[in-house]
Amino acid sequence: MSTNIELLANREYKYGFVTEIEYEDFPRGLNEEIIRLLSERKGEPDWMLEFRLKAYRHWVTMREPRHWPNITYPEIDFQSIVYYSAPKQRPKKKSLDEVDPELLRTFEKLGIPLHEQKLLAGVAVDAVFDSVSVATTYKEKLKKMGIIFCSMSEAIREYPDLVRKYLGSVVPPNDNFYAALNSAVFSDGSFCYIPKGVRCPMELSTYFRINNAESGQFERTLIVAEEGAYVSYLEGCTAPMYDRNQLHAAVVELVALDDAEIKYSTVQNWYAGDEEGRGGIYNFVTKRGKCLGRNSKISWTQVETGSAITWKYPSVILMGDNSIGEFYSVALTNHRQQADTGTKMIHIGRNTRSTIVSKGIAAGKSSNSYRGLVKILPKAENARNFTQCDSMLIGSECSANTFPYIEVMNNSSRAEHEATTSRISEEQLFYLQQRGLSQEDAVSLIINGFCKEVFRELPMEFAVEAQRLLGIKLEGSVG
Amino acid sequence: MMTQATEAKETGLYLEAYEQLRQRTASEVPSWLDRLRAEALEKFSELGFPAPTLEEWRYTNVAPIAKARFVPSWTVDGAEEAGRRWADRVYEEARSSVLVFVNGRFRSDLSSLAALPREAVVLGLADALRSEHQKMIGERLARGAAFDRQHFAALNTAFIADGAFVYLPRGVRVEAPIQLLFISDSGPVMSFPRVLVVAERESEATLIERYVGAADQPYFTDAVVEIYIDENAHLEHYKVQEEGVQGFHVATTWVELKRAARYHSTTVTLGAQLARHNIAAILTEEGGECRVDGLYMVDTGQHADTHSLIEHRAPRCTSFQLYKGILDGRSRGVFNGRIYVHREAQQTDAYQTNRNLMLSNEARVDTKPQLEIFADDVKCSHGATVGQLEEEELFYLRTRGLSFEKARNLLTYGFAEEVVEKIAVDSIREQLNEVILNRLHATALDVR
Repeated sequence: MSTNIELLANREYKYGFVTEIEYEDFPRGLNEEIIRLLSERKGEPDWMLEFRLKAYRHWVTMREPRHWPNITYPEIDFQSIVYYSAPKQRPKKKSLDEVDPELLRTFEKLGIPLHEQKLLAGVAVDAVFDSVSVATTYKEKLKKMGIIFCSMSEAIREYPDLVRKYLGSVVPPNDNFYAALNSAVFSDGSFCYIPKGVRCPMELSTYFRINNAESGQFERTLIVAEEGAYVSYLEGCTAPMYDRNQLHAAVVELVALDDAEIKYSTVQNWYAGDEEGRGGIYNFVTKRGKCLGRNSKISWTQVETGSAITWKYPSVILMGDNSIGEFYSVALTNHRQQADTGTKMIHIGRNTRSTIVSKGIAAGKSSNSYRGLVKILPKAENARNFTQCDSMLIGSECSANTFPYIEVMNNSSRAEHEATTSRISEEQLFYLQQRGLSQEDAVSLIINGFCKEVFRELPMEFAVEAQRLLGIKLEGSVG
Repeated sequence: MMTQATEAKETGLYLEAYEQLRQRTASEVPSWLDRLRAEALEKFSELGFPAPTLEEWRYTNVAPIAKARFVPSWTVDGAEEAGRRWADRVYEEARSSVLVFVNGRFRSDLSSLAALPREAVVLGLADALRSEHQKMIGERLARGAAFDRQHFAALNTAFIADGAFVYLPRGVRVEAPIQLLFISDSGPVMSFPRVLVVAERESEATLIERYVGAADQPYFTDAVVEIYIDENAHLEHYKVQEEGVQGFHVATTWVELKRAARYHSTTVTLGAQLARHNIAAILTEEGGECRVDGLYMVDTGQHADTHSLIEHRAPRCTSFQLYKGILDGRSRGVFNGRIYVHREAQQTDAYQTNRNLMLSNEARVDTKPQLEIFADDVKCSHGATVGQLEEEELFYLRTRGLSFEKARNLLTYGFAEEVVEKIAVDSIREQLNEVILNRLHATALDVR
């Protein structure tokens, strides 16, 4: 039985390739000079430099959180990282034709043909290649509706007031070790602003791609939905195969005002290292949304299948009365991957509601932990939380852990938490195989059933991709 | 720097007391115990009191214990009267099978062991250390409750002087429940009861721990209970904690189960301003079964914390946990339950539930059930809820003419019943029913 599972689990990383492009070199290491240089290179205003320096000065006083997460990794030498990398600058490109053909080929291999997508998919793509935005499509169309969707660098130049108002308002620069680091050195990312009453007509999406072997990538994303606005945002990741661990410490901030709704979906399939756990991305991300207004809603959906280490807790601060926070997650780990992921729901406003559905699948020698916090403050009257965490173990060398924290401080609220751990039953497998399904398909079918509640929340294109991804990821691990 | 200096001072009180204890008892105790205590003291002075920054202590701040000036039992008087004052706290079923302790010291004059069979060995620990059982005690004592990592187990171990020793040789069945009554009623006294239970193959017994104390001033109990249950043996264990409302109670229970052994425990927490109970059951061989239940019921000024660990080390064991909390006034309940399933422990069945009833708007609950699973062929689940009485149910009872308090207490009683009904000792069950049904005061009358 086990040999078949192994076969399934061991499929090579499909997107492991390196694009050869000239890189603009930047000294290694981090100090105030580097930050000044970085800020200057990006042509940033003074307030941005101040923001970075303040974050940096705080970061220096902080220590890397090591004792509580259920993950292990070697010491990171923050002074050996190159904090800025950008493809060689050429004059501003007016159309896709001007983009480096090598870059475009990379995107094609990843399955995002930009020029086709423009028309066919109806998806505007802000492709982040390493650190600098390469091409942004659909911008014009969105602009007409008053929607701003651009790179963070551009936003800092073009819409400084908006950025200044909201940047760091959800994840303050001193929030945690990696958020402080990100605030000091973030290179680029996406900025998205939906004005009052506008419903964004298409799903906004960014393809992140880490390409420079020695550059940590520090993305910064900010999404603001004004009163009554709606936006659905997709984030997908792939990265090439490398032997050295790459650090990724992104920060994502979402702000939803009165009656606004933000739906943020992620499919994460970064390089997870080889079977022995060599290489692979360290994904240490701070994602947080703030339901600032009444009746606002923020929903996180994530499918996490990649990275050597996934360490993130997309959270929602439910400040506005009647606001809603949701978290739907599938986390799959194989080989020696480690995941410590979950969410935080902080109930502050009255009648706030949160739902957490987490599905963890552990195979190989991996470790998969759910860690979540539900905090209901004294003033959050009639708050309601429902949490369900299910884990599935495939093979006898992996582990699945659940660490929920539930803190309730008033007596009109309710919190419920349920968790189970099980494995694919032999009867189920037998039944499906007896009906003519191959073992792989049977496993895939069962896993997809297990994750259905989460996939249901994904936008259609993503749902299809996610199901396929899970199948690929588990190839060889059931038997 | 400041904190280091104050910490040093805080453990200083205990270092001093330890020296006194040593001088008083050095000639009486076996040399291995002297060494064990010294080792534990060294560990404690190294660990100090746990800081709230530690994950295991994030919801419970023990600074009030560290800052208080408790005094050792040998410096206080009035143990005799205290013992008599609380003598009625012996459960009816255990009238002739009770060991009474005052400020941690065994009082044979207040105890009675008439109902116990001759083969069962039930002794005060200090006496047992002078008996032929000394060797067995030496082999088992402090082997389970790890004082190298646990602050309060280390502290207790440094102060081992008295407590209880229960030894059930092979096949011995004890009908009457064995009660250990711990009384603290002599000023700001600190006591360190130590209990060792060895249940050999096919033996059976019921053990009741009960802690009571004065309500008018703070005092400190730091208890450690180690229990070894051999093949096919069965132990029913009750812990009823009714310390005075200003008391501090920290207890460590450690249980090891061998092949097909059974352990059922119910921990009832009613007293103390700050109570912390660490309970660990380790299933080391196939077919073990444990049920670890609890009920905590606290009101204004009380903080009750339970940390449980069920460790499945062998295949085909089962564990059930049900902890219920009732929180009134400005109280706080903490539950941290951990199920750990080792790679070898295939076909484990493990269940854990923690339910909390918030009767007041000022109460607070922090619950953290945890699963850590390394075997794939297992059935494990846990659940936790925090909620309040159903308004409809309250309304229904009130339409039947019950006062608000009556209705509330009746529903609370129903909530607790799931734990209470499993208690096999009638007196404990009756006591709890009484406590729940007759709670007169109701701080939270804000029914919307």
